[in-house]
Amino acid sequence: MIAEHAIPSHEAAQAPDPMGPQPFRVIKVKEEIAGCTTLTVEPENDEAKKLCFFQPGQFHMIYVFGQGEIPISISGDPSHPQQLVFTIMGVGTVSRALTKLKAGDMVGLRGPFGNTWPVEKGAGKDVMLIAGGLGLAPLRPTIYSILARRELYSRVMLLYGSRRPENILFQEQLDLWNKRMEMNVGITVDSADKKWDGNVGVVTELINDTSFSPTRTIAMICGPEVMMRFSAHALMDRGMSPKNIYVSMERNMKCAVGQCGRCQYGQYFMCKDGPVFSFEQVEQLYKVREV
Amino acid sequence: MADHHGAYCIDRPDFGSLFSALKKRGYSLVGPTVQDGAIVFDEIEAVDDLPEGWTDEQDAGTYRIRKRDDKALFGFNSGPHSWKKFLYPSETKLWSARRTEDGFEIEEGEKTIPQYAFIGVHPCDLRAIEIQDKIFMAPDTADPRYGRKREAAFVIALNCGQASKTCFCTSMGTGPRAESGFDIALTEIMGEGYHYFLAESGSERGHDVLRESGCRSAADIDFESAAKVSRQAVDGQIRAIDTNGIKEMLYRNYENKHWEDVAERCMSCANCTLVCPTCFCSKTEDEMSLDGEIADRWRYWDSCFTLDFSYIHGGTIRQTIRSRYRQWMTHKLAAWYDQFGSSGCVGCGRCIAWCPVGIDITAEVKALRESEGGKKNG
Repeated sequence: MIAEHAIPSHEAAQAPDPMGPQPFRVIKVKEEIAGCTTLTVEPENDEAKKLCFFQPGQFHMIYVFGQGEIPISISGDPSHPQQLVFTIMGVGTVSRALTKLKAGDMVGLRGPFGNTWPVEKGAGKDVMLIAGGLGLAPLRPTIYSILARRELYSRVMLLYGSRRPENILFQEQLDLWNKRMEMNVGITVDSADKKWDGNVGVVTELINDTSFSPTRTIAMICGPEVMMRFSAHALMDRGMSPKNIYVSMERNMKCAVGQCGRCQYGQYFMCKDGPVFSFEQVEQLYKVREV
Repeated sequence: MADHHGAYCIDRPDFGSLFSALKKRGYSLVGPTVQDGAIVFDEIEAVDDLPEGWTDEQDAGTYRIRKRDDKALFGFNSGPHSWKKFLYPSETKLWSARRTEDGFEIEEGEKTIPQYAFIGVHPCDLRAIEIQDKIFMAPDTADPRYGRKREAAFVIALNCGQASKTCFCTSMGTGPRAESGFDIALTEIMGEGYHYFLAESGSERGHDVLRESGCRSAADIDFESAAKVSRQAVDGQIRAIDTNGIKEMLYRNYENKHWEDVAERCMSCANCTLVCPTCFCSKTEDEMSLDGEIADRWRYWDSCFTLDFSYIHGGTIRQTIRSRYRQWMTHKLAAWYDQFGSSGCVGCGRCIAWCPVGIDITAEVKALRESEGGKKNG
């Protein structure tokens, strides 16, 4: 008997290269805080335009000529798919190069990649967003989405922990949202001088000071892993189910399409299965060091 | 007589006709050959390039080749190379960016796609190729470099007639006989006064090649002889992994003290990942021309045993060898099922032979199971 040849004969050979970037032009550069810049980029051609449609929580791989490529979460508004917005802290070779770009410079983009914050799941419920440091940036598309359909949600709360007052990201926007009463914004800093009259302490203290209904709240947490772990536990101590708590994870990543193997976290690939996970999914792994 | 349609016998003196038929079709032949004291895979021209009369002796931390008493062409087991060397090379130029007046433009990295005929793919390695297909040919994210080479490749499998001490394909269900996924499957049959190959076609193009290679039709007795050959490869296996509930076993043993025991021995050299036919992890690097005009983007094999592998701003996630060995083994034998629907191990035994200190994955699985003691019977 002659069997059918078992080689998967699909269109793999003709498929577009998932590693090939599309050209984007930097149109706006804004220094947010020291070392941290928000870039607005626009697609250079029709193929690139397709990369602009995204959901909150997703990320792109951004390439700087000759420097390299890194994953960056989108920090812009999903309802404006003519452009993409990224907020970048210069900490490594590529991220520092990104923060030094000027309007008119070109970058290469791949994406969007990854899954999304459970914005829909929050409808009809209270939404608690908890951010630590730069973790506010990947949550901002969620804020835009929720505020665009504010009537769908009950209370919307943002609890934000920053290192020092001068490290507070998107300060003007936060003040505006708070003032318009679209969202309750609570901010705390790790340390400050006498001029600061706000909260000092870690973000979990804000959680403990906030009244909310554990059964009708969806929480989305983004920040350093240790901060997410403590925040999730603070929420569970208050009676929240790990099913309703979401975190956004970060790992080394080179390809974003499940081929470089670097972003593995237990059985998950951060790029395909994440970066957003329910705490129920990762609770066991969170207990293990060096996964 | 059973239906042996598509099965032929090629006598040893006529074996070269197979090579001619493939060359005529434009294939570059790659297969086993002796180089630098090992049997490796490389481009070959003729039957003479095969390791005629050679075999290997393998054990934990040991690999040697030596002469056989006979003139077998394929009388050996896995060597340091695997076929990923061709389909997913250790160095690939993904693309080049060329500086332009107002930015840069991207040019394809690989312009010509080699059309390979793989000669003598052991069944475990055949499964390894199929496992890598799932990684590099997944819908929506398929790597066209891999896909084009893979679709063009003509695969001649070689059913094993012997096992080295490091082989454990039987326990992984991957060999020693190829059931599918080949164009032609060969079994080398030899004895007093005879030396021939049973050649079974697995595809129409395989059948075409065989019809042209001056062979005679196979009979029941040839299949009986081939079964005996396979039997020897089964009986020769002294190592095994008990895969029963292995995923759950590893998932519940993240904190097992045994990882520290392995870490005492493991040098984190990455040999196991480089010789593994399924390990696929990579890094990318950018290489700028001296005049700053062209930046090439390269993909290189990488290993979860390096510190850089898990580095994110602030530090390396897997700092200890304990955590890196755990990552490798838990990925290979457990997470792989969740990610790709099968084990990531095909039982080729390369990681055992090429480990400089002889760490044996089969023994480590056993040790983990035993350390659970009466707690679990898995």
